[in-house]
Amino acid sequence: MGDHHHGPAKGLSRWLFTTNHKDIGTMYLWFSFAMFILGGAFAMIIRAELFQPGMQLVEPAFFNQMTTLHGLIMVFGAIMPSFVGLANWMIPMMIGAPDMALPRMNNWSFWILPPAFLILASTLFMEGGAPAFGWTFYAPLSTTYAPPSVTYFIFSIHVLGLSSIMGSINIIATVMNMRAPGMTYMKMPLFVWTWLITAFLLVAVMPVLAGAVTMMLMDIHFGTSFFSAAGGGDPVLFQHVFWFFGHPEVYIIILPAFGVVSQIIPAFSRKPLFGYASMVYATAAIAFLSFIVWAHHMYTVGMPIAGELFFMYATMLIAVPTGVKVFNWITTMWRGSMTFETPMLFCIGFLVLFTIGGFTGLMLSIAPADFQYHDSYFVVAHFHYVMVAGAVFSMTAAVYYWLPKWCGRMYNETMGKTHFWISFIGFNVTFFPQHFVGLAGMPRRIPDYALQFTDFNMMSSIGAFIYGASQILFLYNVIATIVAGKPTSEEKVWDGAEGLEWTVATPAPYHTFETPPAVR
Amino acid sequence: MGFISERLRAIVVHAAALIATVLSGGALASGSKVNQMDMSPGVTATGQAIYDLHTAILWICIVIGVVVFGVMFYSIIYHRKSKGYKAANFHESTSVEIAWTVVPFLILIGMAVPATSTLIQVYDTEEAEMDILVTGYQWKWKYEYLNENGENVSFFSNLRTAQDEIYNTEDKGEHYLLEVDEPVVIPVDTKVRFLVTANDVIHSWWVPELAVKRDAIPGFVNETWTRADEVGIYRGQCAELCGKDHGFMPIVVNVVSKEDYAAWLETKQAEAAEIKALMAQTFTMDELVARGKNVYQGYCAACHGMNGEGGLGKAIAGSAIATGDLTKHLDIGVNGVPGTAMQAFGGQMNDVDMAAVITYQRNAFGNNMGDMVQPIDVFNHKKG
Repeated sequence: MGDHHHGPAKGLSRWLFTTNHKDIGTMYLWFSFAMFILGGAFAMIIRAELFQPGMQLVEPAFFNQMTTLHGLIMVFGAIMPSFVGLANWMIPMMIGAPDMALPRMNNWSFWILPPAFLILASTLFMEGGAPAFGWTFYAPLSTTYAPPSVTYFIFSIHVLGLSSIMGSINIIATVMNMRAPGMTYMKMPLFVWTWLITAFLLVAVMPVLAGAVTMMLMDIHFGTSFFSAAGGGDPVLFQHVFWFFGHPEVYIIILPAFGVVSQIIPAFSRKPLFGYASMVYATAAIAFLSFIVWAHHMYTVGMPIAGELFFMYATMLIAVPTGVKVFNWITTMWRGSMTFETPMLFCIGFLVLFTIGGFTGLMLSIAPADFQYHDSYFVVAHFHYVMVAGAVFSMTAAVYYWLPKWCGRMYNETMGKTHFWISFIGFNVTFFPQHFVGLAGMPRRIPDYALQFTDFNMMSSIGAFIYGASQILFLYNVIATIVAGKPTSEEKVWDGAEGLEWTVATPAPYHTFETPPAVR
Repeated sequence: MGFISERLRAIVVHAAALIATVLSGGALASGSKVNQMDMSPGVTATGQAIYDLHTAILWICIVIGVVVFGVMFYSIIYHRKSKGYKAANFHESTSVEIAWTVVPFLILIGMAVPATSTLIQVYDTEEAEMDILVTGYQWKWKYEYLNENGENVSFFSNLRTAQDEIYNTEDKGEHYLLEVDEPVVIPVDTKVRFLVTANDVIHSWWVPELAVKRDAIPGFVNETWTRADEVGIYRGQCAELCGKDHGFMPIVVNVVSKEDYAAWLETKQAEAAEIKALMAQTFTMDELVARGKNVYQGYCAACHGMNGEGGLGKAIAGSAIATGDLTKHLDIGVNGVPGTAMQAFGGQMNDVDMAAVITYQRNAFGNNMGDMVQPIDVFNHKKG
């Protein structure tokens, strides 16, 4: 290995054996997009069935498999790996490191993912069908009453948890050890900060999820009764363990999105990020609070009133650091010199819709009101505003923002803007009416509904088809860019962009920062 | 093609009908209105309190949203490069950061105060005038009236909507999916405590207009309560995913005057006494099969199929159990098969119905066993 400037290996072995952060990042991104399409296809089946009252296309049991797999694949297969892919690509380039700290483990953490999802998807073809107990898999529906495929589901959760933990360790090791000289913590780009904090959250909670599914495995196959009252256990214990993982999990998804938005808004406002330090502190505060609010998902399980009050107050507090972030972004835009290329449009879309999701989150935190909202479509609307308009919109913005740097070609701006507007309209037509049906009393996870909910559901389905179709345009635009986009070799693709990644050549060479850059 | 055009026609007709309903301001009797967009204040004091809280917080959010988005859109409109606007370079201000940390915090305290008092109100289950035990089953509800003089009244409440409506071969009725064979009846202006539990998986008992939602957890009993101010029929649904037919286990609460309630209770108690009498009777094969057919459709068909062909559960037509040893067959009906979705129906069905349905299964779907079970056999089997 005398040659330090060797390029990628040829053929399949390049991808199988690569330890290059850019290759691995690329694989993560494509894999997560494939999962996004698969999870999206399941969503289309759900919305097609809900287009009209009555059962038309699928049976209730299959409908439940669709809602379950849609949730699992979107959370674990699409959103999380997409941000890991982005971290792989960008963190070394943002901190002036030549690669990730643990490149072989990096390869491994990616390559165990596809088999894990292959196993999960294969449950669809097993006797008794795929898991049908929701992505939250509450016991005992997921234990005593589960289809036999649940064992495969547990194995797949273990494997993808392993992947996440290895990925996180890698990010922590990289950020802590491989920053260029002079790059102090408080000089790191926000995206690196949010990912560092996210990685700690992942290391803390993925083992808890592993514990939950292991207890399920024991209950199903080895005669224990963790979650069965008949044997001295408690089904609600499952929910406590699950949400102790699950609530930090939603911040695991949204914090890197915050990081992306904090990179892009200053770039297109041509003005530095307002309140950098307070953004870091707010991220840390959100991460801390995420560990003490889990039971707000469980207001109706019959907790003592003291518990309800504690979790209500703690949850309401999250509005403070989240508000600080939103105010900082808007103040960054204030008196900037803004332009509205596709990445900026998706960030503004994020800002508006995520804030709406934040408002409904605040409403949901109010325990007595939650007795009416809980498990209704209001909740479905809420979390899609933060997950889709939050995480997915910011991820889309990130792709448009860094794609020219990755491949040295410019995407088609008109097509990008069209993609934004169709997504934005489709998304709102899908999810805004779901607030209404939820408040009017439509429960979530039902394959069929009462007649008074028909019009809004029909609207929702039409919106979903529009939103779904807009992703094909996205795929086309990305492929067209890579294959035949207008070549660009400017190091700084965007005139307002700041950061080390814009100091390397375009397209980014296979190896960057083999000698560390000087950081002011 | 014919299928698609028919479907299209149905959609058009349906949409026209809905528009007509909306225009006429029509509502589907009680329950949520067509295209209702907001929470219902319902018919209880707690429901009103929750509704007021919801409305207050919604408006606070709307006002904050208008201000925040107003500033943002002002900036988007005026601070753009295309208008030649030059970027300023400010990027921090400790006093501003403190201000937008403290002000939201104070607003939150303003929200927490009424939220806390409403929560205390919702949690006050003391001094209830009557108790009803609500038990969630896959996929129906059971109601038991406790603390009454005379016979205990208990019954199951099943979805009444026909499969033909669900599968679109028949027009859907007004209360599609929100109708049951036997609603739970409670008196108006009476504090009713519900003790909520479940038999198999977790369910959740939700009636929006009574502002009650409480999880039904197997092995544990939760408490909640309501006090309806108005006579009427209030409809809700199971709110926690509980398996295949989660969407098909509605709740109907019939709030009646105190007099009507007393009369209803008397009738139900007489019925309970009658069942007791039936238990001692011996039935003919025809009587058992006729009764058993109804019981089968209510309890068994969802999993075992309308014609015993199987589905989520095993086939009954030609099965080794239904054409084998009668005692074993009866035992499965009474005690279920532990570790599977086949529940123990001994506690859910009276002995007459159990005898009838076992007899029916052994003499229908081509199973011509010719033997039968009498209520007394079921009673003895349960005793062991």
